[in-house]
Amino acid sequence: MFGKLTLEAIPYHEPIIMAAVAMMVLGGAALVAGITFFRLWGPLWSKWLTSVDHKNIGIMYIILALVMLLRGFADAVMMRTQQAMASTGAAGPLPPEHFDQVFTAHGVIMIFFMAMPFMVGLMNVVVPLQIGARDVAFPYLNNLSFWLTAAGALLINISLAVGEFARTGWLAYPPLSELQYSPGVGVDYYLWALQISGIGTLLAGVNMITTILKMRAPGMTMMRMPIFTWTTLCSNMLIVAAFPILTATLAMLSLDRYLGMHFFTNDGGGNAMMYVNLIWAWGHPEVYILVLPAFGIFSEVISTFSSKKLFGYTSMVYATVCITVLSFIVWLHHFFTMGAGANVNAFFGISTMIISIPTGAKIFNWLFTMYRGRVQFTVPVLWTLGFMVTFTIGGMTGVLMAVPAADFVLHNSLFLIAHFHNVIIGGVLFGYLAGFTYWFPKAFGFKLNETLGKVSFWCWLVGFYLAFMPLYALGLMGMTRRMNHVDNVVWHNYLLVAALGAAIIACGIGAFVLQILVSVLNRKSLRDLTGDPWNGRTLEWATSSPPAFYNFPETPVVTARDAFWEQKQSTGAGLQPLAAYRKIHMPHNTGTGVIVGGFVALLGFALIWHIWWLVVATFAGAAAVAIGHSFNENRDYYVPSTQVAETEGKYFNQLTSQV
Amino acid sequence: MTGNTQMLAGDAALLHDVEAHDEHHDDGSKTTLGFWIYLMSDCILFAAVFASFAVLRGQTAGGPDAKELFSLPYVAGETACLLLSSFTYGMAMIAAERQQRSATLRWLGVTLALGLGFMFMELHEFAELIAEGAGPDRSAFLSSFFTLVGTHGLHVLSGMVWMVVLMAHVLRRGLTQANIVRLTCLSLFWHFLDIVWIGVFTIVYLTGVAA
Repeated sequence: MFGKLTLEAIPYHEPIIMAAVAMMVLGGAALVAGITFFRLWGPLWSKWLTSVDHKNIGIMYIILALVMLLRGFADAVMMRTQQAMASTGAAGPLPPEHFDQVFTAHGVIMIFFMAMPFMVGLMNVVVPLQIGARDVAFPYLNNLSFWLTAAGALLINISLAVGEFARTGWLAYPPLSELQYSPGVGVDYYLWALQISGIGTLLAGVNMITTILKMRAPGMTMMRMPIFTWTTLCSNMLIVAAFPILTATLAMLSLDRYLGMHFFTNDGGGNAMMYVNLIWAWGHPEVYILVLPAFGIFSEVISTFSSKKLFGYTSMVYATVCITVLSFIVWLHHFFTMGAGANVNAFFGISTMIISIPTGAKIFNWLFTMYRGRVQFTVPVLWTLGFMVTFTIGGMTGVLMAVPAADFVLHNSLFLIAHFHNVIIGGVLFGYLAGFTYWFPKAFGFKLNETLGKVSFWCWLVGFYLAFMPLYALGLMGMTRRMNHVDNVVWHNYLLVAALGAAIIACGIGAFVLQILVSVLNRKSLRDLTGDPWNGRTLEWATSSPPAFYNFPETPVVTARDAFWEQKQSTGAGLQPLAAYRKIHMPHNTGTGVIVGGFVALLGFALIWHIWWLVVATFAGAAAVAIGHSFNENRDYYVPSTQVAETEGKYFNQLTSQV
Repeated sequence: MTGNTQMLAGDAALLHDVEAHDEHHDDGSKTTLGFWIYLMSDCILFAAVFASFAVLRGQTAGGPDAKELFSLPYVAGETACLLLSSFTYGMAMIAAERQQRSATLRWLGVTLALGLGFMFMELHEFAELIAEGAGPDRSAFLSSFFTLVGTHGLHVLSGMVWMVVLMAHVLRRGLTQANIVRLTCLSLFWHFLDIVWIGVFTIVYLTGVAA
């Protein structure tokens, strides 16, 4: 009846896990009680969960990302604590089987359920506004993509309370991840959570590319697109080209585990290194999927706050496209030790070094944008400067490891861990936090508290260096990654510094959460009615904040790069009311996405626990709802011109009474 | 440098497009482009599975190899079913463009029947192989064979489910603009599966038996 699922699956003998589960359950219960008490279920359903508005979907993505950031960071704190306490011979608080789950969950959560939703969320909020569109190309699909991602995240969190998570590391290399060595449900949670959210990501990629290619405002040629839109386009092309490889690879591992096949097994002619090749053929593009949009954010931020147009726009576009292409021919540098031979290793070593050239070009473009600009040291600019220094260091250690001979020594050591945290925290996370601060007033109509933002930045920056620079040293001393306990006094001191760094980062996250709370409480004094708080340059600032659900009362016409800046220069003014308004064509909300997402989450759970009748039932349910939706012909409507006029009139009244 | 701020030649004309843009009605071009992009991603999925087959095709683990297992005449029959179904789908599209509802449905019905024939032959082949002890768990070669051919088969199956749904759409609303766009997407999908099958036929069966 319940497959492999029994009450034994709940780890009630593990106090640490049970405490975390209790917190999750209590938090969830408090949330549900709060929503019920304030009678918010109706509005939550109709305005958010079923919304097809790209801005709302983007905000939901970012909320998911921030929640998962806390979960992933809790894992990081546990690892740093464990290694600090268990490096002089003691066992430390975490037993090996739990520690292994923690480092796996940390990686999976941070990449798939923190960074990815954060990125897709920012794109969703910003890109349609930047190109002067009313929504994305497929609004319902957008909603469905979000719910598939959320379903994956839900499965990961359920694994904490019911069963276990994978103990394999974040890429689940076979043969360790095969049934023979991982007989539990941990790897199955891993597989289905990633498979489901991966499909969501792929659909989001298709949607975003179509949006950018087909829905730009009249006059916005490709070379007039804002850089963030460009990097989003390239990043989504990478998604569409790389995620199918992940889908196929995970499917093959699933077939090994579920149907006894021999793709990656030790016996039967399987080839485990084929998995490693396939997963990195997805995995290396993946890091560029994450970092390209961050590069776009830095470009927007640095140009806006230097009050200058971006230096070398064209070279920036070409650099982005070069990186997009090159990212597909470097994957083997993740396993030079495979033994592919000197020539193969040399090819991938050199291609890896080449990719640093377009990246370096970008750094110089940002520097030259600041040169002779009137740089305002706002929070987004601080993140950008922190990025430029940190990412450059991370890039250099990357080039160092691109030398196969050096990599043979450093492979799988903490040097590698330090390197990729150096580029992912210093590049991706700093970028997304810069974007979060920069576009927050656009999404909500008020700015974030500046002081707490600065506190958060400095804690993150100092904490990052303290946490990861010792790891470079440890790696050079020969400490490998994923060690549960060791006995080495020399390493111990470095690990203590690293743990201190994690504590300072914790203060940075605390300040960030506090910043949001304080800003929400002070939202009246932080209010920005103009819609253009930073004297922006691109079209997202050419409408009210938060924008009306239709984004623009009339589609803007673009005659230059930095379209809004040019408009402000030529007319000498910002937003102006129009003489007359037209009716606007908009999509209806639909509950299909959330219902299908619910079915698919249950489907994943049933697959993990081998509850076959539920597999059939939930699959049929999801398919029936999706097919049923295709028969719904009432998908869109016209907003009457009077309603547009009324909304805009109200806004401009507010604006003039304020000024 | 100034190209940036100067109006492009077409800009003035673009002003006239604003109203059309505001209407935002999808004439199907967005959906078709989006579907093309999806198809390309599907193509990469197949590429990954093909690559795995290429790596593992010699790994028979002492079990039977392609030469012992496959019968080319039988596969030629399967291939004929599928290629013919692409032709009949093309006929359905011609009828749809001419707004001939019953002809469209008839050709779709024939396509569906051919698809069913293909699926039946494939499942029959699978069942025989498994009965002979050459199932997907026998060797890495057979794992990758069943996965590659099975992935294609699952696509054909979902294409047929989709076709039934579209027939219901056409029965219900006729050959509306929206339904033509849907039929066009399925058409792309169906022909795409044909192309993939030609790859399967060549790489799995022809070179397998010839080797």
